[in-house]
Amino acid sequence: MHLAYPAVLAVLLFCVGLYGVLARRNAILVLISVELMLNAVNLNLVAFDVWLRDELHAGQALTLFTIAIAAAEIGIGLAIVLLVYRNGGTADVDKLRDLSERADAPKGAAGSDEQDEQDEKAEAAA
Amino acid sequence: MTLAAAGPGFLSPTGVEIAFLLVGIATLGAALVAVTTKQLVHAALWLVVALGGLAVEYLLLTAEFIAWVQVLIYVGSVVVLLLFGLMLTKAPIGRSPDADSGNRWAALAVAVASAAALVWVVVDAFRTTWIDLDGVVQGSTKVSGQYLFRHWVLPFEALSVLLLAALVGAIVLSRHKDGRAGAAGPADPAGPADPAGPAGPAGSAGGSDSRQNGAR
Repeated sequence: MHLAYPAVLAVLLFCVGLYGVLARRNAILVLISVELMLNAVNLNLVAFDVWLRDELHAGQALTLFTIAIAAAEIGIGLAIVLLVYRNGGTADVDKLRDLSERADAPKGAAGSDEQDEQDEKAEAAA
Repeated sequence: MTLAAAGPGFLSPTGVEIAFLLVGIATLGAALVAVTTKQLVHAALWLVVALGGLAVEYLLLTAEFIAWVQVLIYVGSVVVLLLFGLMLTKAPIGRSPDADSGNRWAALAVAVASAAALVWVVVDAFRTTWIDLDGVVQGSTKVSGQYLFRHWVLPFEALSVLLLAALVGAIVLSRHKDGRAGAAGPADPAGPADPAGPAGPAGSAGGSDSRQNGAR
């Protein structure tokens, strides 16, 4: 098989995932797009491993590790999204502006910083 | 690996190449629908088609074990997790017009530009490269087990510890806070993580065993 087939398919899948990451608003749809990008990388790893006929089969082993790490990543990512949804009532990445430095950021930002410092101090003292 | 002079021609694709091309078109189309559809649940379901198509591509590339792992982990568990996430965040069932943010045209430009650049580079680099799919089996379960447990044992075990840490972290993150949190609300996620830290290495032996059982 020509190596360009899997390589080009991986490139196109990666760019589809890139579009999804940049264009989607819901955090879970962003995670779906990240999965597509990871799968494009996996396809590349498998194709080049089969091409190179590596004795260690580094490509296939790394693909298995990537799949496991992607499972861990999706678990942690969904836990974070659920936490954000529970705290803020939305899973839209456009509305998560707590760390924004714009002028229209909520005025309580400095105050919450001080509160965080106080919390850290209290934690360190305890 | 063969050179261009010895390799097969461009215009005479083999059966494997035709199958790869057709499945690749289906996979790419499913991925495109998954990132452009307005219905959130349909995006997760089209992701199933894309990931299943990729599993078929792995089979065509003779990576048999990875194909089944892909079906088990991605199609079996990751998509179910995503569907649970969509339901727990009260995703609307019908069409949601605000699924795409305002910068979708910029995103489209970036994606098309990077696709053009990468396709050009990849095709230019591997124009004269062929994969030899015949010969010794490279991706069967037997071969996979041999290279995994002969050369990659230490990363494998480290990965099991990572999975255990991710499990503990997900539980800590998604746990409902009980009433005693009180004024220390913002600092609360850091609190339970401290006892979870020492528990990670201590429980790694049992965790790796269960991970291996799960992987089989």
